[in-house]
Amino acid sequence: MGHGLANSSFKNPVIRWMDQRLPLFTLMHKEYAAYPTPRNFNYFWNFGALAMVVLMVMIVTGIFLSMHYTAHVDYAFDSVERIMRDVNYGWLMRYLHMNGASMFFIVVYIHIFRGLYYGSYKQPRELLWILGVIILFLMMATAFMGYVLPWGQMSFWGATVITNLFSAVPVFGDQIVMWLWGGFSVDNPTLNRFFSLHYLLPFVIIGVVFLHVAALHITGSNNPLGIDPKGPQDTLPFHPYYTIKDTFGLGVFLIFFSLFVFFAPNYLGHPDNYIPADPLVTPAHIVPEWYFLPFYAILRAVPDKLLGVVLMFGSIAVLFILPWLDTSKVRSARFRPIYKIFFWVFVFVCLMLGYCGAKPAEGIYVVLSRLGTVYYFAHFLILLPLLGKLERPLPLPTSISEPVLPRGGGAITAGATAKPMDKA
Amino acid sequence: MADITHPDGQDSEGNGTTRRDFLYLTTAAVGAVGTAAFAWPFIDSMNPAADTLALSSIDVDLSPIAVGQSITVSWRGKPVFVRHRTAGEVQAAEEAPEGDMIDPEPDDARVINPEWLIVVGVCTHLGCIPLGQKPTDQRGEYGGWFCPCHGSHYDTSGRIRKGPAPLNLPVPEYEFLSDTQIRIG
Repeated sequence: MGHGLANSSFKNPVIRWMDQRLPLFTLMHKEYAAYPTPRNFNYFWNFGALAMVVLMVMIVTGIFLSMHYTAHVDYAFDSVERIMRDVNYGWLMRYLHMNGASMFFIVVYIHIFRGLYYGSYKQPRELLWILGVIILFLMMATAFMGYVLPWGQMSFWGATVITNLFSAVPVFGDQIVMWLWGGFSVDNPTLNRFFSLHYLLPFVIIGVVFLHVAALHITGSNNPLGIDPKGPQDTLPFHPYYTIKDTFGLGVFLIFFSLFVFFAPNYLGHPDNYIPADPLVTPAHIVPEWYFLPFYAILRAVPDKLLGVVLMFGSIAVLFILPWLDTSKVRSARFRPIYKIFFWVFVFVCLMLGYCGAKPAEGIYVVLSRLGTVYYFAHFLILLPLLGKLERPLPLPTSISEPVLPRGGGAITAGATAKPMDKA
Repeated sequence: MADITHPDGQDSEGNGTTRRDFLYLTTAAVGAVGTAAFAWPFIDSMNPAADTLALSSIDVDLSPIAVGQSITVSWRGKPVFVRHRTAGEVQAAEEAPEGDMIDPEPDDARVINPEWLIVVGVCTHLGCIPLGQKPTDQRGEYGGWFCPCHGSHYDTSGRIRKGPAPLNLPVPEYEFLSDTQIRIG
């Protein structure tokens, strides 16, 4: 071993030569092969890897689509139609990209609710969680701008409505909106900057994902029991155990993805977006893509313009301080009988808000939107702080391996009475 | 890995390969086929699209071109020279000795109707467009075209006769739709 060379345990001389100079192989081995992972993951722990795969699919399809797309108000719509009709496999790349956006949100929402259920945001994983919320926010901005690019009616009017949100800002509102547009309405300058940013932001997302994974590998993964691994008997090497589990999950997920791409490619979209943008006619019923509907319902639930915008952004911002709002020390909902109930109520309320967001803003839907909005914020700001104080959690198992390995998993001899694992 | 499960590299039947080797190879094979199948649509999407291919042939009306005149038409993004040759030019092209040609080819293999020479006007050296279409242009020592970039001389059949270009100006695929109408491509 010469001076300044890194240690390498690889035997292959070529790999060893490279590894001693730039220890990428050692790094990959440490973080993705030997990496000790709690042995009790369920399939909800697939969704981080799935999100990574979808991000890659989006970037690859996006790069190839941009080779054929023209970011100009006169050509954008036609260039997308040309992709669908004339470009070899253009239909496939566009349907993958279009449905990939929906898949990305499905996967990430499940990933987030997994974190909420099992308390993955709690100490010491607060920063990991915050980085995740930043990724969500970037994804929303990217998805919104991407939806504008085909320059259909929904593109145009969605862009108009969302950019006008900023006109609610006191004093500077109108200047901000003109600055966003680069003109006096959504027009060619807006389309050009949205295209530029839509191409840029995914790479920013990759950067934050890298930090997200780096932070994860410092604290280690949470697990369905929410207790820390107490030794090697509680963990498995990531490879081959979880590479295989993730690959299997990926196979199932890709079948689901393919069903949309090949059999119902426009099911999640709006027919109005196949009408070229017309700045003089607004479609009768304009709604955002499904993944924005709960937030859209919150926006419309509030009769005041500024407050509606504030609450809509606040509904995501509140996630940033979630690690400090939840006062319970117990992570997993398996051992929090009351939180578990409120968790499912919260899931129901989010779905209900989504349903209301898809309906016209009138009658019962306004009432339900308002109730849902109040509950959404109450869940974070009232229920979670109080539950931690009032709820009596079930006894935690002493270790991850204890319920499944003979002699309580060996090393640990703490005498706590071993309760059988709660079947959640 | 195989030598961990079977230190001697033998399976239970004493063969030199193991079940794990088989699994590795089949997994790798399936992975390679899957990757290739996924990659192909992306690679193919960069090939000319259907609308690009649809514009790959053009019709040219020859009636306004007087004897001795040349026109340039754009075909697949490249200039095509259409020259209505004079009797003298035809004769010069037909009688040129093939022996001192760089890329020997008889004139009758390059035309359908000897009056009309149709060639792609891109120098076969490094892709410049030779001079010779306008009456005022320099036409080189053989009265055809002259490439100003590196001095290639083409004759009245578009054949390279002098200079660095290795090949004659290519003749595009074309047909006469009538006496005065051709379709290139």
